[in-house]
Amino acid sequence: MSMPFGYVSPEQVMKDKADYARRRITQIRSGVAISCEAGILFVAPNPSRALRKFSELYDRIAFAAVGRYNEFETLRKAGVRYADMTGFQYDRRDVTARGLADWYGQVLGSLFTDSPKPYEVEIVVAQVGKAPADDEIYRITFEGSVADEREFVVIGGQADRVAAVIKERYSATMSLPDAMRLAIASLASQSDGAAEPLTSSELEVGLLDRDRAHRAFRRITGARLDALVAEAMAGRGATGSSAAPAADGPADEPPDDGTASPADAD
Amino acid sequence: MGNDRKDLTVGGFELPGRWQAATFLAAGSSSFADFLTMAAPDLLPRAQHREGSVPSGVVTAASGAADLPHGTTIVTAVFDGGVVMAGDRRATAGNMIAQRDIEKVFRSDEYSCVGISGVAGIGVDLVRLFAVELEHYEKLEGRSLSLEGKANRLAGLVKANLGGAMQGLVAVPLLAGYDEETSGGRIFSFDVAGGKYEEQRFATIGSGSVFARGSLKKLYRDGMNVADVVLVLMQALYDAADDDSATGGPDMSRRIYPIIATVTEDGYQRLTDEEAGRYAEAVVTERMQLPDGPAAPLRSGS
Repeated sequence: MSMPFGYVSPEQVMKDKADYARRRITQIRSGVAISCEAGILFVAPNPSRALRKFSELYDRIAFAAVGRYNEFETLRKAGVRYADMTGFQYDRRDVTARGLADWYGQVLGSLFTDSPKPYEVEIVVAQVGKAPADDEIYRITFEGSVADEREFVVIGGQADRVAAVIKERYSATMSLPDAMRLAIASLASQSDGAAEPLTSSELEVGLLDRDRAHRAFRRITGARLDALVAEAMAGRGATGSSAAPAADGPADEPPDDGTASPADAD
Repeated sequence: MGNDRKDLTVGGFELPGRWQAATFLAAGSSSFADFLTMAAPDLLPRAQHREGSVPSGVVTAASGAADLPHGTTIVTAVFDGGVVMAGDRRATAGNMIAQRDIEKVFRSDEYSCVGISGVAGIGVDLVRLFAVELEHYEKLEGRSLSLEGKANRLAGLVKANLGGAMQGLVAVPLLAGYDEETSGGRIFSFDVAGGKYEEQRFATIGSGSVFARGSLKKLYRDGMNVADVVLVLMQALYDAADDDSATGGPDMSRRIYPIIATVTEDGYQRLTDEEAGRYAEAVVTERMQLPDGPAAPLRSGS
């Protein structure tokens, strides 16, 4: 007996799906979440003022995502429903980032296996603690794997390159402007050549505020964002940080995951 | 047996669907109550039993309901730039005092608060659901509901318990909030059928509400500052407790004082026990001299 016409092996199906999603995710611009003294800072380039990448999930927990907007928005809303229902049935303290990350992992895992097209998203569930050491950051990828990250996380785009910049200069005792400066420098590193530093009008910024009671998430927009970016940039010379050289980025080496395989799609 | 849906329930809970991913991923409205109705109706604060879960006639009017803890008097009044709400601390079950320090005034979101009277179990659950409802909407939509929208939602939630109310399990809320559009405080009262009524200047609900309203009519003045409004409400609660056995007055020996909350441009704020205690003490001390409290002038304008 020969294989039926049109048979594709499960391995090939999975590989095609993974390549498709991975390629889409590396094509978009990265977003970062950095744990610092003030809380967990989220920064990503986002020209839209209405379509958000960062949002509140529950009291101390936030959601960050890059990828296809309608898909991660569906996931975000589902997460809010899941968190609110869990909190309503049990108690507010029983809603945890770990629980939500696990749940997202299962959801994305079954979506990846069951649906013909995988979700083109990469998401982060983060929970702010009493001190930076207590912060929890989970990264969940399109196929549902959950990674427990420490100190910072980069999602989407040239994640390795951006993460390298942060890793070099990260310190858990960073102030908010310092973390902002590092975020901007790292995000600038993903564009090739000498990119201009990102301005406040191109950025979406959110903060899980460590000192805020109850609901910790807040957006930093408008005048407050301008002030924070100005403060971050003003400190650039003073501490002698190397944002400008970093903006040049390392040599343009393709990441190890599939950007150079458009032919696989056939 | 067979495909009977009842096979899929354990202890009244429907197992399939509730925690399935599809339940959460399905596009739906931004209402948490709507979501619960679809995903987990047993979590809703309804005294209604689904068909077959309880033999009909178990809960009949007044028979069971009278033995449940009831919350009593809530008073609220506006001032320039906000609104104050206060509630006594007593819960009664029949002629027993069920609890001396129950809390019946709650923060529902940053710019509103809710007081409840009636069956405490239903009322407390109703407020809990209402608070999640407001936060849920805010998170999904990225903006808060208007105060009018909040009042309409609360009316809907009250109406959902109409069946329970008809069986004697009555709980009604009183909503007070700061309206960012009019930059002032507003008050809404409700009836069990889901009727929503905007109140002017002040409002009272609960068993002692009649006495509290009489007191407020004589003591409340337009243009009072926030401290005076707090004092007026404390007087009204004292008058309610004076004539209604189900309303608790300030308990000086146990240091249990009415809960007082203000909602202004700066958001919801609950007075600390020390602050509330000072107002309570002022009223109690005064009543040692004048048991009936301050007298209003006989002729208006004097």
